[in-house]
Amino acid sequence: MSAAGTYTPKPGAAPLPRMIAAQAALETRMLLRNGEQLLLTVVIPTLLLVLFSVVDIIDTGEGKAVDFLAPGVLALAVMSTAFTGQAIATGFERRYGVLKRLGASPLPRWGLMAAKTLSVLVTEVLQVALLTAIALALGWSPHGNPFSVLLLLLLGTAAFSGLGLLMAGTLKAEVTLAAANLVFLLLLMGGGVIVPLDKFPGAVQSVLGLLPVSALSDGLRDVLRHGAGMPWADLGILAVWAVLGLGAAAKFFRWE
Amino acid sequence: MRNEPVVQIESLVKRYGTKTAVDGLDLTAGAGITAVLGPNGAGKTTTIETCEGYRKPDSGTVRVLGLDPVREAGALRPRIGVMLQSGGVYSGARADEMLRHVAKLHAHPLDVDALIERLGLGSCGRTTYRQLSGGQQQRLALALAWSAGPQLVFLDEPTAGLDPQARRATWDLVRDLRRDGVAVILTTHHMDEAEELADDVAIIDAGGSSPRAAPTRCAAAAPRTPCGSPAGRAWTSPRCSRRCPRSRPRRADPRRLPRQRHGRPAAAGHRHLLVRPARGDAGPDLGRTPHP
Repeated sequence: MSAAGTYTPKPGAAPLPRMIAAQAALETRMLLRNGEQLLLTVVIPTLLLVLFSVVDIIDTGEGKAVDFLAPGVLALAVMSTAFTGQAIATGFERRYGVLKRLGASPLPRWGLMAAKTLSVLVTEVLQVALLTAIALALGWSPHGNPFSVLLLLLLGTAAFSGLGLLMAGTLKAEVTLAAANLVFLLLLMGGGVIVPLDKFPGAVQSVLGLLPVSALSDGLRDVLRHGAGMPWADLGILAVWAVLGLGAAAKFFRWE
Repeated sequence: MRNEPVVQIESLVKRYGTKTAVDGLDLTAGAGITAVLGPNGAGKTTTIETCEGYRKPDSGTVRVLGLDPVREAGALRPRIGVMLQSGGVYSGARADEMLRHVAKLHAHPLDVDALIERLGLGSCGRTTYRQLSGGQQQRLALALAWSAGPQLVFLDEPTAGLDPQARRATWDLVRDLRRDGVAVILTTHHMDEAEELADDVAIIDAGGSSPRAAPTRCAAAAPRTPCGSPAGRAWTSPRCSRRCPRSRPRRADPRRLPRQRHGRPAAAGHRHLLVRPARGDAGPDLGRTPHP
């Protein structure tokens, strides 16, 4: 028995910003605690960056290998968190009724989505900080306007989030797990992340160039490696993916 | 306030594709503990989830604490607590972490440490949800339902799969809620659970015709007056209940219920009755799972 009055009703929702902050903090903790997620978001990008910068396996053109690789690995980091990681985590949250249960809490659905986005952004900040530090230690000399880089990363996050949530909200959790990892692997190979797109035949190249990860890595590379101005074409491709992905996710996402 | 219904359902119809899950259900629940009793597949969960705002009725009206669960969800959700039939917790979260999280979503949550102690979840320590035993997972889901100090909690089969001792512990908890003025709606397919725990019992049984009476009004009007048999436990036919408690209700034969469940297709409709339980023998068990 508990003392009388222990459970006397005192209903009320917390203020919305506090709810979103709490939700984002929990989502981030869940992600950082998950070994497979860390493998995807931290270990693989770090290994690729170090390995291919130090060992001369791939011809990355003139200049230091790390100057080619660092922008590609940053694009990979965004993809691993916003797309693969988010798709798998959200898919299983849907499967295990977490999304459903939270749907009965005072946190509105858009608030849950805002918290997820916040959690993705926090994770990306940690990834970018870590990978930048490693790349600098490997002799990376970045150029360009940081604002262009920020815009590319944000638009890339939007594009990948849309696609990840579309997958998580429509497919079975196991299918999402397999497909998200497969897509990660394919885009890692064919998205200009570590293998330059000009290694592919011309026709294939122009198709691969339209992939979101290609646009992101190409845009980041233009700015960070060559000090180019705003890469409008790549931003345009990312914007189209973002609109299509988020639009489809909003329309087709099922909460249970 | 006490006499106002916390849940009022009128002529609820809910279909999934061609299957009719709930067909013209009426239910009124007041303060205290209301058990929604019926076999698997009778539409208990659909009914509860419509109250929780997860399902939109195909027709009929549902009011919970006077609010439309779908259109006025924002106002309703802070006031209710929900225990789903399964899951609902991040597989990588610890019990205390999840409780503290749900507490943060509310303005005046209960003391999480006291709740952990009361539910015996302290021993879970740093164990994550997926590694908890079935009973521990069940208790956590239960705790999450009322950790926020709600006026009304919905518990969907709160004791399913629990051993007898754990069931009794859960019953004690639910009684504590009632004592403190929290209204409880729970589903069960155990007759003995409904009898042991509930102030009012609404029976949903698949099969049979669907009388559009309001059987529960009987209990709402006279929460302390047993309808029907002198023993206090009676099967009242829905038709009688409008006149209850002043006129004597017509009694239905309880032995017919299980037979009808097997004998008629689920889509044919639903019968719903209301009985006032009293302590005594368990009577027929409507569930398909055996008694523990």
